[in-house]
Amino acid sequence: MYNKITSEDIALLKSIVGENDVLSQEFISPDYAHDELGGIEKMPDALVRVTSTEQISAVMKLAYSRNIPVTVRGSGTGLVGAAVAVEGGILLETTKMNKILALDESNCTVTVQPGVLLMELAAFAEENDFLYPPDPGEKSATIGGNISTNAGGMRAVKYGVTRDYVRSLTVVMPNGEILTLGATVAKNSSGYSLKDLVIGSEGTLCIICEAVLKLIPLPKVSVSLLVPFKDMKSAIESVPKIFRSKVIPTAIEYMSRDTILFSEDYLGKKFPDTKNDAYILLTFDGNTEAQVNEDMKTVAELCLELGAIDAYIVDTDERKKSVWSARGAFLEAIKASTTEMDECDVVVPVNKVDKFIKFTHYLAEKFGVRIPSFGHAGDGNLHVYICRDELNTENWERILKECFDLMYAKAEELGGLVSGEHGIGYAKKDFLKRQYGETPIAVMQGIKKVFDPKNILNPNKICF
Amino acid sequence: MNILVCVKQVPGSNNVEVDPVTGVLKRNGIASKINPYDLYAIETALTLCEKFGGSVECITMGPPQAKAIIEEAVCMGAKYGTVLTDRKFAGADVLATAYTLSQGIKKCGDYELIICGKQTTDGDTAQVGAEVAEYLNIPNVSNVLSIDEVRDNRVFLTASLDEKIVELSVSLPCLISVDGDINTPRLPSYKIKKTLTDNTVKFLTFEDFDDQNPDNYGLTGSATQVERIFPPEKNTQKQNIDGNFAEQSQKLFELLKSEKII
Repeated sequence: MYNKITSEDIALLKSIVGENDVLSQEFISPDYAHDELGGIEKMPDALVRVTSTEQISAVMKLAYSRNIPVTVRGSGTGLVGAAVAVEGGILLETTKMNKILALDESNCTVTVQPGVLLMELAAFAEENDFLYPPDPGEKSATIGGNISTNAGGMRAVKYGVTRDYVRSLTVVMPNGEILTLGATVAKNSSGYSLKDLVIGSEGTLCIICEAVLKLIPLPKVSVSLLVPFKDMKSAIESVPKIFRSKVIPTAIEYMSRDTILFSEDYLGKKFPDTKNDAYILLTFDGNTEAQVNEDMKTVAELCLELGAIDAYIVDTDERKKSVWSARGAFLEAIKASTTEMDECDVVVPVNKVDKFIKFTHYLAEKFGVRIPSFGHAGDGNLHVYICRDELNTENWERILKECFDLMYAKAEELGGLVSGEHGIGYAKKDFLKRQYGETPIAVMQGIKKVFDPKNILNPNKICF
Repeated sequence: MNILVCVKQVPGSNNVEVDPVTGVLKRNGIASKINPYDLYAIETALTLCEKFGGSVECITMGPPQAKAIIEEAVCMGAKYGTVLTDRKFAGADVLATAYTLSQGIKKCGDYELIICGKQTTDGDTAQVGAEVAEYLNIPNVSNVLSIDEVRDNRVFLTASLDEKIVELSVSLPCLISVDGDINTPRLPSYKIKKTLTDNTVKFLTFEDFDDQNPDNYGLTGSATQVERIFPPEKNTQKQNIDGNFAEQSQKLFELLKSEKII
């Protein structure tokens, strides 16, 4: 059992981070009890806002000696309860560690503190003629959070996910020891990759205090195509064929008319086209207009051959904004369209996306609920939302459980996995256990034990 | 209802350099696009034609490369378009531009409605529309927020007078300038792009106009001369306010008050 935080602990914490950056429970905003999606709620006993690696180390030394659980939180934009202090204790907030420390133009890297927001990093990179390719929809998430969930985003089709851009991490272990994992090098065959174990570990193994991230030269030209199809099946079926055309788009998103209309309502702004039931949105980038236009033309022709109704060109800043701002608001828009919702972030092989979406339509009909979805058709990662609307609590809980059970079973049957980019956290633990089975979960628990023998760091998450 | 939309080619990015010696925008090598405000005008015209029938034609004044924006307008649904291009038109201010456009419009057949965007993103003067109407001797309404009805040879509009919203009707033919953000412009179609031919865009020069006095066009026909163009100063000043919530709120309040914002 963990120790409760005492007034002496609060005093010690204040001596580490300062009087104003330690709040005991009665002064903490209820927002800190949950993340973006809500559902999983627990107030921490103390909120500690840190500003340096040394402070984190000192806090962890105290927590380790006193056996107090510590949960790390960035912007709180997670969707699976990973940053909720489910065992109480200290909620350690990193948003004040928000400095971009260095740009190494020779090695194409940037060194950041964990509280830097994704949008700040993206803007900084662009100002310096670089691109930080990971592009999750939630731009106000912190980089620490992105690394902790191995966030993916829309450019994963061509550029990969957060893991592919982390060169090294400075971390604080649960006992307060400060380590650097990885290095500013392009290749690494030096033993087990501890850095890669930490990426995606959702704050359960150690605390990320600094990251060296890889950047790439900023592509000079970028154009999108919005391709309408008569139905989702034809839209999704075109994706594997696009890959075979030897053009690699930066992003391939799918969206249904329903989801676009939610977004219109939410943003109070019309989408450029809502005449058709299904759309794919593709982006192409490169260094010359000629090359990007050629790629765009190849894919537009292919889509027309495959039954697309047209291919709309999204080439100027204004047009990109009108399309991509709607895409970026889908999650919030669906949330605003219902009384409560829960999400499923499965990833399936690219050629199975259509089958999974069709299955969600079947479930919606079977249970009489709305299940809108959108997602990354190019990498098989879907965001599916079960909406409560007017259901009473009993029916909602029953239908949610049954739908989730069936959806995760279907994803597994299709060769997919529980989460593509949002993580497991607290909410999806059971589904992970069910899919992975005893041995992989035991291995994960073993890894956790080596990093955190007292199990004080973000306990009761992922594999417990 | 036949509608003519006036469009302009502008730099594709807001980060355009100004030549420090001549004070002229360095347009060479910079990608260009249709003035974003004109897209609202095109969308307004296309929506009206979908409702009342007729067709949309676009017109622009510029170098021959301005053909690209006419083609783009056609890809959005316009029927065809005209580029007014001649060395004699070069260096035109808003007045000479409006005069040139009015001469060109007279050669484009009969139109019941001419629609302009609110302003351009390069010059930002917002005067050409009203001046074209004056030269054509037709009524003009600016800052149009919506077109509510067309009947009895009149168009019924809602327009903004900054502090007031007015509803009014105007006899056709007339010229209106539509506000930004009044609709979401449709996207250009790749399918139409494939059908573009050499006949999609018509070119008219000085020789084609009724007024053959070259002094009425270009730099010599301009009432104003630009002395200098310079980018506005960027204010990126930041101020951090430290302290606990109460202290921060108090300091922010005092700061806003001292700046007379509240």
